[in-house]
Amino acid sequence: MAEQKQQIEEFVPSEYSAGFVTDIESDSLPPGLSEDVVRQISAIKGEPEFLLEWRLKAYRHWLTLETPEWAHVTYPEIDYQAISYYSAPKQKTDGPKSLDEVDPELLRTYEKLGVPLEERARLAGVAVDAVFDSVSVANTFQDKLAEEGILFMPFSKAVKEHPELLKKYLGSVVSYRDNYYTALNSAVFSDGSFVYIPKGVRCPMELSTYFRINAANTGQFERTLIIADDDAYVSYLEGCTAPMRDENQLHAAVVELVALERAEIKYSTVQNWYPGDENGVGGIYNFVTKRAVCRGESSKVSWTQVETGSAITWKYPSVILQGDNSIGEFYSVAVTNNMQQADTGTKMIHLGKNTSSTIISKGISAGRSQNAYRGLVRVGPNADNARNYTECDSLLMGDTSAAHTFPYIEVKNPTAQVEHEASTSKISEDQLFYCKQRGMDTEDAVSMIVNGFCKQVIHQLPMEFAVEAQNLLGLSLEGSVG
Amino acid sequence: MLEIKNLYASVDGKDILKGINLTVNAGEVHAIMGPNGAGKSTLSNVLAGRDGYEITQGEVIYKGDNLLELKAEERAQRGIFLAFQYPVEIPGVSNVYLLKAALNAVRTYQGLEELDAIDFLSLVREKMQLVKMDEEFLYRGVNEGFSGGEKKRNEILQMALLEPSLAILDETDSGLDIDALKTVSDGVNELRSKERSIVMITHYQRLLDYIVPDFVHVLSDGKIVKSGDKELSKELELKGYSWLHSEGPAA
Ligand SMILES: Nc1ncnc2c1ncn2[C@@H]1O[C@H](COP(=O)(O)OP(=O)(O)OP(=O)(O)O)[C@@H](O)[C@H]1O
Ligand SMILES: [Mg+2]
Repeated sequence: MAEQKQQIEEFVPSEYSAGFVTDIESDSLPPGLSEDVVRQISAIKGEPEFLLEWRLKAYRHWLTLETPEWAHVTYPEIDYQAISYYSAPKQKTDGPKSLDEVDPELLRTYEKLGVPLEERARLAGVAVDAVFDSVSVANTFQDKLAEEGILFMPFSKAVKEHPELLKKYLGSVVSYRDNYYTALNSAVFSDGSFVYIPKGVRCPMELSTYFRINAANTGQFERTLIIADDDAYVSYLEGCTAPMRDENQLHAAVVELVALERAEIKYSTVQNWYPGDENGVGGIYNFVTKRAVCRGESSKVSWTQVETGSAITWKYPSVILQGDNSIGEFYSVAVTNNMQQADTGTKMIHLGKNTSSTIISKGISAGRSQNAYRGLVRVGPNADNARNYTECDSLLMGDTSAAHTFPYIEVKNPTAQVEHEASTSKISEDQLFYCKQRGMDTEDAVSMIVNGFCKQVIHQLPMEFAVEAQNLLGLSLEGSVG
Repeated sequence: MLEIKNLYASVDGKDILKGINLTVNAGEVHAIMGPNGAGKSTLSNVLAGRDGYEITQGEVIYKGDNLLELKAEERAQRGIFLAFQYPVEIPGVSNVYLLKAALNAVRTYQGLEELDAIDFLSLVREKMQLVKMDEEFLYRGVNEGFSGGEKKRNEILQMALLEPSLAILDETDSGLDIDALKTVSDGVNELRSKERSIVMITHYQRLLDYIVPDFVHVLSDGKIVKSGDKELSKELELKGYSWLHSEGPAA
């Protein structure tokens, strides 16, 4: 096993530096999905009755659904009976009380990923809730956050300690009935992150979760729930990587954000799941439902995402602008190379008066990849003076990739102002030669040009993330031009 | 510095350079004139290493090395600088970022340390004064929305910063107003030195009044048909290129 691991590491090309496998024993359920499996997951996690009931309703609903086919992506049918729905690293106790109790092999994994645990975390001022496969194994800074009354913990812990908050908010933004994958996730989700910022509190540090899919054939179905109470503020970072495998792996997460009166939530994602190889073998299916509701007046939610990984990305972080004067923002960079497919965008649903939304989407396609922006701007009949600005730019590299734009606009209020701009461009020979004539090699030139193209989005990211994102953009496009 | 011997180049099977011979020694300034479509920009591009040209014959020696074997970025790092006839816009990439990347690429090749942000900025500010450019241009996208003249000035700013051994200026004077022509010429003259060679392509005698060349060549239909000193440019101004043809092809 150790030897096999070494071999794997040797064969990992530098393009995907997160592609190693951690050699630890896992407690997994055998593959397959049934009511029994749902009950077992709930039992393993010692959940209260209401949650089991909810899971079962979701499961029964899921059974009635068909796989959706409207997205601009193609992939072989997924065999849901071949997936294992629970995998946890084996541990002596119920859960680690401190970092010392965490499997050292696991900590090394995070080290390789550059997750700032321990000292590095303290220096960087980042609190990390690391989700390894299905169970949170390390959770730092609890104490400091607790002083402010901030709750930042694994979902499974929140279930036990704050069932009243869960009862109130779980599924309140994304119903299990929403779509095929939300029903599946609601039935079998194993863990995730829970955040609650109390009234009037500005969270003093960026909260960060690194998700990682490790065990083979394991679907990861995590749930994130973030609630910012009146006048609260939080910035949340989500980073994702997964080891390289020839099989495809499913990742169907659900993220719910609730912003109450005048609250603000910034949610940033840098997604670098394994994209598959250049022939499209392997890679993550990233089918994620992310939605926020600006429930309170003058509240604000901002999604920023840099998506470079996954074989297929299919997600639309959305904002329901319910409170008057609320603001929704979506800043996105989606890069596809080789055989990757992305169908991503956002929905801005204007319900309250004077609500405004901004959508900036940058799609970059290289290789033989497919990159689609799909966005909906809906202005309801009561949303007087709603405003939206959408800008949607595509950058093509080479002649074999494709970019598509599907903007949908539904306006039911005559005072609304909706603006849409779109452009498609190419990295030109002229630009490349210009940079090379100034002494830069092709890779640096491409990376620089692409980063320039994505500037508006990268600027939205917190500093540490922005640097990581810039590097990723360069890395994921390596070799895509001459 | 540079020795071009019997250079033939074609694009898509079409011959454009048809036996260029030219020697440029260190410290010399050469002007190349010639009608539209003669191959002047093509020659610059071939020297700078742009893809897409087939060299069918001849060789180019630069500082003792076979230039044609080097990649474009290697040529740049070794001191070849091309001021573009049509500078390219790179949206979103700030000018200062490109300048820094370019300078560090050259410095790295020279075995020097990269400049830190503070040293770099003070150096750039000094060079900007040379071409009378406002600092605001540092933070705009590379050539993004620059006027024609501003783009040309930006090229000379880059040249001043990179201090190349061989600078090829492709119609740097076209698009400049009278004052800007003076500023840019002063900038170039400032950069004249015993170690630096300059090849300037131009259509106008006017530039050569400001930057007085050591040699003037006429490139026509892919060949250098006549060479001389700056008197040649004055004669051309008076008589036009047809005068050369009526004299018969110069070998
Ligand atoms: N990529 C190309 N494909 C086809 N023809 C080309 C290409 N590049 C240059 N040419 C042709 O080669 C000839 C020389 O072009 P070049 O740009 O070198 O001329 P020039 O001397 O710089 O002219 P000008 O004074 O107008 O700038 C022209 O006839 C041009 O059309
Ligand atoms: Mg020309």
